[in-house]
Amino acid sequence: MKKWMVTIVFVLFAFLAACSGGGEETAGSGDSSEGDNAESTAGSEGSENDVVEIEYWQYNYDSKVQLMDELIKEFEEQNPNIKVTQTNFPYEQYNEKVATLVPAGRGPDVINLYYGWVPKYVDSGFLQPLPQDPFSPEFIEEEFFPLVNATKLDGEYWTIPTAVRTLALFYNKDLFEKAGLDAPPKTWDELVSYAKQLTERDENGQLVTEGMAFEPGGQLHNWFRDALVYQAGGQGVSEDRKEILWDETDAGLEAFRFMMELATKHKVGEQNFYNDDVTAFKTGNAAMNIDGSFRLGTLANDAPDLNYGTAPLPSYKEEATQASFWTNGIVAGVEGKKLEAATKFLEFLTSKEVMERWIEEIGELPAKQDVALQDKYLNDELKGPFIKQLPVANAHFFVDEKEERELVTNAADKVLLEQATIEEAYQELVDKTQQLFDEYWENRE
Amino acid sequence: MKKGWKSFLVYFLLTAGSLIMLFPFIWMISTSFKLPLEVFTLDIIPENPTIQNYQKIIGDTLFLKWFLNSLIIAIITTLSVAIFDTLVGYILAKFSFPGKNIIFVAILSTLMIPTEMLVIPWYMMSTEFGWVDSYWGIMFPGVISAFGIFLMRQFMESIPDDLLDAARIDGMREFGIFVKVAIPQVRPALSALCIFSFLGNWNAFLWPLLVIESTGMRTLPVGLAFFSSENQEYWELIMAGATISVIPLIIVFLFFQKQIIKGIVLTGMK
Amino acid sequence: MSNLELNTKVEPKRTKKRHVTLKQQKYIFIYSCLFVPVVFFLSIRLLPMLYTFNVGFHEWKILSPEQPFVGLSNYTSLFQDEVFLRALQNTGIYVLVGVIGQMILGLIVSLLLQRVNRFVGLFRVIYFIPYITSAVAISWIFKWILMNNGILNNILLNLGFEKQLFLQDPNQAIYLVIGTIIFQGLGFQIVIFLAGLENIPNMFYEAADIDGANGWQKLSKITLPLLNPTIVFSAVIATISFLQSFTQIENMTGGGPLNSTMTIVYYIYELAFQKFEMGYASAATVILFLIIFLITLFQMKVLTKRFDY
Repeated sequence: MKKWMVTIVFVLFAFLAACSGGGEETAGSGDSSEGDNAESTAGSEGSENDVVEIEYWQYNYDSKVQLMDELIKEFEEQNPNIKVTQTNFPYEQYNEKVATLVPAGRGPDVINLYYGWVPKYVDSGFLQPLPQDPFSPEFIEEEFFPLVNATKLDGEYWTIPTAVRTLALFYNKDLFEKAGLDAPPKTWDELVSYAKQLTERDENGQLVTEGMAFEPGGQLHNWFRDALVYQAGGQGVSEDRKEILWDETDAGLEAFRFMMELATKHKVGEQNFYNDDVTAFKTGNAAMNIDGSFRLGTLANDAPDLNYGTAPLPSYKEEATQASFWTNGIVAGVEGKKLEAATKFLEFLTSKEVMERWIEEIGELPAKQDVALQDKYLNDELKGPFIKQLPVANAHFFVDEKEERELVTNAADKVLLEQATIEEAYQELVDKTQQLFDEYWENRE
Repeated sequence: MKKGWKSFLVYFLLTAGSLIMLFPFIWMISTSFKLPLEVFTLDIIPENPTIQNYQKIIGDTLFLKWFLNSLIIAIITTLSVAIFDTLVGYILAKFSFPGKNIIFVAILSTLMIPTEMLVIPWYMMSTEFGWVDSYWGIMFPGVISAFGIFLMRQFMESIPDDLLDAARIDGMREFGIFVKVAIPQVRPALSALCIFSFLGNWNAFLWPLLVIESTGMRTLPVGLAFFSSENQEYWELIMAGATISVIPLIIVFLFFQKQIIKGIVLTGMK
Repeated sequence: MSNLELNTKVEPKRTKKRHVTLKQQKYIFIYSCLFVPVVFFLSIRLLPMLYTFNVGFHEWKILSPEQPFVGLSNYTSLFQDEVFLRALQNTGIYVLVGVIGQMILGLIVSLLLQRVNRFVGLFRVIYFIPYITSAVAISWIFKWILMNNGILNNILLNLGFEKQLFLQDPNQAIYLVIGTIIFQGLGFQIVIFLAGLENIPNMFYEAADIDGANGWQKLSKITLPLLNPTIVFSAVIATISFLQSFTQIENMTGGGPLNSTMTIVYYIYELAFQKFEMGYASAATVILFLIIFLITLFQMKVLTKRFDY
């Protein structure tokens, strides 16, 4: 009994001592590896054999990973001298993984990012602008939907997506029928009156069915920024990306008030009802919800029997919706043959064929106008409304995606929980968002 | 009579508390047998109980490999922690020597930095020495724990010095005293340490997530993290995973719990 | 007894001298046993820690290769940062309410558990179960219990009370999160306290029985003083873990509503991994470290004083 214990101690001692001898160098290695960073990403390139290897990082989403594996195989067949490795990280911990690996010199060559993170990555000097050939601004602006300019900074495009998603209205057909309604609302006014008709409460006044789900932590902030403000005739961010324009006209306040009054005045929805808007809608306890095209897949999987439809967002003075996307950029320091290979890979990922397979297998909408606006997609019962709105879709330029989302949630909380007036909460939202923009630009200069 | 009433009260309180303690656990198990749509219904007994969640977890992934990885890592680290921490705790409690306080405070102070802030230097080290994506890479930050040293030191302190001196006079070597005299005295604490160490390494998430690259090296918590993605929170799968991963912990607890009770018997005999 | 020789082979000197004094033997034992752990802590814990401290004086956006030195500017901005100050204040509440609540409950349950002789194993397992259950799972289950139309609100309504906002309410949320952490951490306290209680020799109680001491006297004169090292340990560890609470906050509230449940560690995490402000996050870590360090020293000094043996 003691013998084996002592043996283990001894082995561990030897083992640890062997390893820890090297461990002392950590501080040094920590410092030096930042220097290596650029080197190792650009590194290994000029090797004798003609095969160029590039690494592609993407978050883990089963169908995307699978499709990407197939696409890479095809790409490698077309380009026998290029080899692509795909690395995936869990969605929730994507930024953690990136933040830990990169300082140790383990960077990718092509990276897939949420578009809202791009300004932060650009600010860190992590990305390089897309090569002018073939991704010149003129080319991109002619072929792609204008929403992709959310990652245009300093007059250059830093990333390019394969596919995008938009917001639309989800409505529960059974509940509509029950309330005697036969078509989804088309305007703000209709939305309010339908929602009131659809809302059901029990004898204690407790919500049984939400007319319209209301969850500030969900898609509401996107709906406000990129749809409601524009619908009320307002603008989002100035051309030079420095100014928040909600306040230029009354549109911003009108939009914010419309959103908040759904909860405060019309009481057609409550926060945290069935935990969140998606669950409330999925389980048939909310008649309407504003949600993204990405939810079609979830609903097909989780609630195959739900009888629902989608429709363009109810509009007001103008039509508008929000778009978001995961987008591909090339990492700074990638040059020479690697850069050529990376560019080819991006060209391949933004080709018509890939976009078509992407919408068929993943359900995300093509980012190029002529691919998206084909009849076969426009007439799709569920996807159609999302695609129809693409020409009027906006993608907000986020300087800090998480912080800006929180500002909207906090503004809503202030109205709902701290009895702030809608005007006060709105004003604070505008000021604080502008402040974030000022800080961002101050840092970049 | 009075005594009977008192013990009734004790049992009553403990039973009431037990219900509260068990409620979320039972809910977790119940959710793991639900269909996605039922997850948010509040029934404790699922309407259409299903084992499809378990089938999905075990069948569609390298689940068994992940389970095995977690087991290997938890066992080895626990063994190493039990040996080193007991030894260091004993030395810090029962000897005086130059540098003792500095060593103790320095060790204790390492508890005060959140892991989140250490992972970047650890990762740099791991790439430097080629530990990335290996068992050793996952384990190395935990093979000796400051927590355990502190725990053992506190318990070793209550061993009477006379006992150790007596053994010295009998001619025992220091290491022999440690193994034969000191350790039996702190059996309950050592068992507690093993429980905590196993648990901590079994549940470790952030560091393994960062240092693991290949699918086959994943530990259980890291593997389960791949079930959620953007706009996909599969609660029924997460709960099923959590239910399976609690089983070894219950076994470990029962095993060492017995040691804690044996500890009483031993001290009681003296 | 060849064990020792085997073990101390690391020390080359020993093989030369066959006759070492007791004192020398003791020191050889001490330092040879401490060698590996000390090297381990230096390289795996202390150096990375110093690395972090150093980063605190730099501006470093993780992904960027440059780390310009900025002196104390990270620290000065921290103390003007509303969210950080709020997090500091909240962390105080977490520690005060959490540690005291957890220690008292843990002690009570352990004493009760010690008194029973039937179903001992069963009760112990039950009280330990929340501790070994995944923190993510428990957090979400509490969230469901507390949701707008969840079980607890239904009960309140049926009893004729007002519905509560619970986790949506900036005044209630922090206490509910603390409650969840206590609920989960209780098993830890119980195991530690039970191990501590088992260590108290029975003869003390037997002697007290002979003297006719009542239950309260036994508790205050025997149990608590003899449990002192355990209590110190428990308080220190509970403080450190409450100062570093993370998982429950991340899953239940994400620091909201209106930052009312934000803690320093959660904020550090956000700064480092979501905003990539590594320098700023490191500065916050140094402050957290200093706070924990001072509290721990204070606890060790004050609590350990009541030692009398």
